[in-house]
Amino acid sequence: MKYVDEFREPELIARTSEEIRRLVDPRRHYRFMEVCGGHTHAIYRFGLKDLLPPNIELVHGPGCPVCVLPMGRIDDGLSMAASSDVIFTAFGDMMRVPGTHGSPLEYKARGADVRIVYSPADALKLARANPDRQVMFFAIGFETTAPSTALTLMRAKAERIRNFSVFSNHVTIIPAIRAILDSPDMRIDAFIGPGHVSTVIGCRPYEWIARHEGKPIVVSGFEPLDVLQSVAMLLVQLQRGEAKVENQYRRVVPWEGNRAALKAMAEVFTLRSYFEWRGMGFISQSALALSEAYAEWDAEKRFQVPGIRVTDPKAAQCGEVLKGVLKPAQCKLFGKECTPERPIGALMVSSEGSCAAYYQYEYRKSQLVSIPA
Amino acid sequence: MCLAIPGKIVSLADDPAHSALIEVAGVHRRVDVSLVEPDGIGPGDWVLIHVGFAMSKIREQDAYEQMSMLKALGETEAAMQEVRGYSTDDAEPPPKERSIP
Repeated sequence: MKYVDEFREPELIARTSEEIRRLVDPRRHYRFMEVCGGHTHAIYRFGLKDLLPPNIELVHGPGCPVCVLPMGRIDDGLSMAASSDVIFTAFGDMMRVPGTHGSPLEYKARGADVRIVYSPADALKLARANPDRQVMFFAIGFETTAPSTALTLMRAKAERIRNFSVFSNHVTIIPAIRAILDSPDMRIDAFIGPGHVSTVIGCRPYEWIARHEGKPIVVSGFEPLDVLQSVAMLLVQLQRGEAKVENQYRRVVPWEGNRAALKAMAEVFTLRSYFEWRGMGFISQSALALSEAYAEWDAEKRFQVPGIRVTDPKAAQCGEVLKGVLKPAQCKLFGKECTPERPIGALMVSSEGSCAAYYQYEYRKSQLVSIPA
Repeated sequence: MCLAIPGKIVSLADDPAHSALIEVAGVHRRVDVSLVEPDGIGPGDWVLIHVGFAMSKIREQDAYEQMSMLKALGETEAAMQEVRGYSTDDAEPPPKERSIP
């Protein structure tokens, strides 16, 4: 059992936890999906499930951008790193993600010019500083990150920096939620909506989930109290038989989103007709490609990209875990062949991946406990 | 990946356009503020930063809470590594440290 005084505002936490207990129907089992990987990390780290009644199950969703990227896209991106005039740039999160022939870091060890950047703007800066090289930025992320890539491309265009390009793997959250709701093996009662994605897209795009699917959704902050309050808000809706979009994270998320960000995205990107998600297959209109106006900076047009498709190792059950059908430890490879040190699936790489979070905070703990004294 | 790092605006700048010098736990870096300019920003305001871009304007108290949450999540080091990682070559030198009386 978790002691609430470990948290900030322990009294409020205790009161909210009590409120949740009062709201649950003991005859019912609840499945709430937290869509965002940041929530998954926080839920494990703070042991929040210990503060919830046992009949509330938190199901981890597809909101970790590194985790949903199929291996073929990593191979495609790394194929560009093979050329000696290319500087391959990506966020640190990408560096250990395995491709068929190794991770970006392993490519670097073999001599490819692979560099970590912390901002797409820094990849552009590298292009300015190396006019005789091609700087390719391997872009990943949901709507939180896509505006930064868009603004960087707008700057590249304005400054006519032609040795810069972007390999866009940006994905959008709404079609992924739709795919989960359409999946026959999923039964989700309500959603804890993503916090930072919503600073960009706002709360309106979720309205169909409430209106047409009849599922409550609460956009939530990341602190323990935020997540608990969101759970309580979902329970109130379910108790009243309501389904609406609520915003628990009002201190950061405006209902209308960030217009400047949406405008930049609309200028630079266009929706792909479909895109492959790891473990979830092809989802229509779920990813962003560069628009015609930015074709010149599109790495997929500048380089010969093989368009590789790689099926995940048969034994790995990333897809089931990603959709919340299986818990991380129920995968056959979990903790054996697949560990954070030697990840097979991407869910084990990022701290926001449910397997890595589960391994770090639950599995290791259970292993320690089982050692006889 | 989804790190949102609270930073305080030290000064706004026109070169590069739409940028600001921000401070995160004593580290000064230049970030892009195009996305929060419509909210009206100035020195002393707090913003949440993601991959070198300010994403939203927040209250000072929320900034401290965000920092303590990053600490609780064990992400402070990653956050500071990210901030230090933003390149500095066009950032103006940070203001002189105040001498402690």
